Amino acid sequence: MLRVYGEEIASRLLLGTALYPSPAIMVEAVRASRAQIVTVSLRREAGGGGAGQDFWALIRELGVRVLPNTAGCHSVKEAVTTAQMAREVFGTPWIKLEVINDAETLQPDVFGLVEAAGILTREGFKVFPYCTEDLGVADRLLTAGCEVLMPWGAPIGSARGLNNVYGLRSLRAHFPDVPLVVDAGLGVPSHAAAAMELGYDAVLLNTAVAKAGDPAAMASAFALAVEAGRTAFEADPIEARDMAAPSTPVLGKAFLE
Amino acid sequence: MLIKVNGEARSVEPDTLSAVLDALGYGEAIVATALNGEFVPVEARTETRLRDGDRLEILAPMQGG
Repeated sequence: MLRVYGEEIASRLLLGTALYPSPAIMVEAVRASRAQIVTVSLRREAGGGGAGQDFWALIRELGVRVLPNTAGCHSVKEAVTTAQMAREVFGTPWIKLEVINDAETLQPDVFGLVEAAGILTREGFKVFPYCTEDLGVADRLLTAGCEVLMPWGAPIGSARGLNNVYGLRSLRAHFPDVPLVVDAGLGVPSHAAAAMELGYDAVLLNTAVAKAGDPAAMASAFALAVEAGRTAFEADPIEARDMAAPSTPVLGKAFLE
Repeated sequence: MLIKVNGEARSVEPDTLSAVLDALGYGEAIVATALNGEFVPVEARTETRLRDGDRLEILAPMQGG
């Protein structure tokens, strides 16, 4: 059971709702993933807001929690205002806080992130910061009031998996009691399993499912991988070693020379 | 008067934000508004008056990652 901001969430997979071939396939994928939290956004819409209203009705029918994001925001002011607007529209104090620095890598602006996290926490938001694996930044975010951290695995949409396993492992070791979610950059279910085997509490992904040939099947595959990885972590995996260690007992082996 | 709605110039009657939203066809829609970069909550729309040259953002729920 994932615990975050005092809530218990049955699934350790958080799924994005963007980039699917159709709304119907998005719904199928969310169901197949068994995700209990989906990410959503706010955008300009012409003509009275028709498509946005339809989308929101679909999400409400799914009966999942929503985690609105501040995707695309490059300044503290933009991110804070977007969060305020999202809280009203989606009726939740949860916010996936993104303050982006670099347009090519979508790397977080960690200085802006810490500042915005502090402002939003004081306004009563429950902030899910999209951050890096930097330990100092993580510490600042926790001091600012965040009760969960969401370090990237790799740049958003890159499908590279866990770029810095050492960094993610260090973050896990430094903050054993903080819920940690690998957010972004996963491509295949084995990436998600690897994150869970490191002891991460959950993974958040979107593109890997939405752009797969069969999004619902891929969502199901990710759900299985997340469950397998978590079970493996709880089962206490053995350490890797350089040389072989025979598994069949040596004692009692016949002498047949 | 002329204001910008989601980046596009629109001619509207001088009125409250609430009335302008109705005139633009957002009457019943679930949207959030910001005026000149500042969030305007639903409950403040009836007392917020728009002025010539204002920048109005009207945002709706959308897919996100």
